[in-house]
Amino acid sequence: MRPLTPLLMGPHALLVEVGGGEEAGALHAELLRRRECGELPPVREIVPAARTVLLDGLDDPRALASDIVRWDVPPLDSVPGRELRIPVRYDGPDLGDVARLWKVRPEEVPEIVGAVRFRVAFCGFAPGFGYLTGLPERYRLPRRATPRTAVPAGSLALAGEYAGVYPRSSPGGWQLVGRTDTVLWDPAREPAALLAPGTRVRFAAEDPAAGDTGRAGPAEGHADD
Amino acid sequence: MTDTPGAEVVRPGALTTVQDLGRHGHAHLGVPRSGALDAPALRLANRLVGNPGGAAALETTADGTALRARSAVTAAVTGAPCPVLVDGRPAPWGAPVRLRPGAVLDVGRAVRGLRCYVALAGGVAVEPVLGSRSADLLSGLGPAPLAEGDVLPLGAAVGPVGAVDTAALPGPPAELVLPLVPGPRQDWFAPDAPRELGRAGYTVSPASNRIGLRTEGPALRRVREGELPSEGMVLGAVQVPPDGRPVVFLADHPVTGGYPVIGVVPERHLWAAAQAVPGTPLRFVPARA
Repeated sequence: MRPLTPLLMGPHALLVEVGGGEEAGALHAELLRRRECGELPPVREIVPAARTVLLDGLDDPRALASDIVRWDVPPLDSVPGRELRIPVRYDGPDLGDVARLWKVRPEEVPEIVGAVRFRVAFCGFAPGFGYLTGLPERYRLPRRATPRTAVPAGSLALAGEYAGVYPRSSPGGWQLVGRTDTVLWDPAREPAALLAPGTRVRFAAEDPAAGDTGRAGPAEGHADD
Repeated sequence: MTDTPGAEVVRPGALTTVQDLGRHGHAHLGVPRSGALDAPALRLANRLVGNPGGAAALETTADGTALRARSAVTAAVTGAPCPVLVDGRPAPWGAPVRLRPGAVLDVGRAVRGLRCYVALAGGVAVEPVLGSRSADLLSGLGPAPLAEGDVLPLGAAVGPVGAVDTAALPGPPAELVLPLVPGPRQDWFAPDAPRELGRAGYTVSPASNRIGLRTEGPALRRVREGELPSEGMVLGAVQVPPDGRPVVFLADHPVTGGYPVIGVVPERHLWAAAQAVPGTPLRFVPARA
């Protein structure tokens, strides 16, 4: 892992810069582990992003900055993570365009997306909206030339290196490939967000004949279809 | 039903929201912190009516609000100085005001500053969302801004009224001077950027809101082009969008952002920023973390 670069962000926060998304995920996992076992000074927020992790609400960010550069952060592969299986109907309005861009038949899109073990890299844009990485580089997609004014809640969407599921109806420019009935964000539920950073996710094609209830279930690590 | 503690909104005002001290610990899920922009004024209003300092109260914007008490309740108005009327008669600002059932409390237009805080004994008892009753105008969490005819439920009054007997809050300054701790992305800007920020060349923009205090003035010159991948943001972060005019992030700021942050205004200096009306001269002075 490349060295960590801690940057002070005001009197109570530290922005730790790393090489990329995988490293940010690894550092985030390590920070959660250390907080869990009481090895981290009190901190209010730990916010992973594309290639940084922010620690906000620290008493002494300078002390942590000088400590953190000496950490040995284990790679992400070695960190056990919760895996969710989210049933999806692959009937999105952009399925045809995505197939054309990928140079595959439309019926192959669910196979390609369903085979990816995604990871929630970080959240943003709206509460409970996770940016999921894991899509192989050759499947990266441009955003729609004209964003939609309303994307239905539950839409599975792709753009750039990310996949995401719109937690509620909102404007959006990502390519819509399917839809799930799984409620990803419910502030009255514990946990409020199913797609919290670090969560592994598979988007399994829903079998209409099986009358899927639309409930997400833990995949127990054997979700290979 | 007049026995049920509550207050009916007679005049919502331009923008009146329920606010407490915000929701913490959910930024990683994309949830802004929200909460009162002028937290000391919220705490004072609450203490005047015997509430815990962080109880939910109302935050008004510029032109106040008016409420009809459904039951006997004590209220207090703090923050921006403004006329206070009860059933049309002058009542004190910054002190407990006893309202009889049916009495109308009118919080007038701010004389100086922008945001008044109206605490009611027992606190506004809307359903909390993720541990807070604050209205978050960026993501839509918490109660919607007040509308005419809304009835605000109130909790049971707890403490003795008037635990503080005078409310001496400094009025908003004629010029807003915000200390700025440099970083984390000051290297994206020309070396003269701190001097530019320190010159009296900025004013508070009318486009400011609960998300951020926007500025008008000279565009800061960037020495690095390209995009910054989204990174975590903090309260008081001064983000510089492509137009070069700094934006000071306030309580409803997005949890991540893709424009470089040239520095951070420490939290205790943001209360004054929350009271700065559009057009107020503004400058940033360098500070140490």
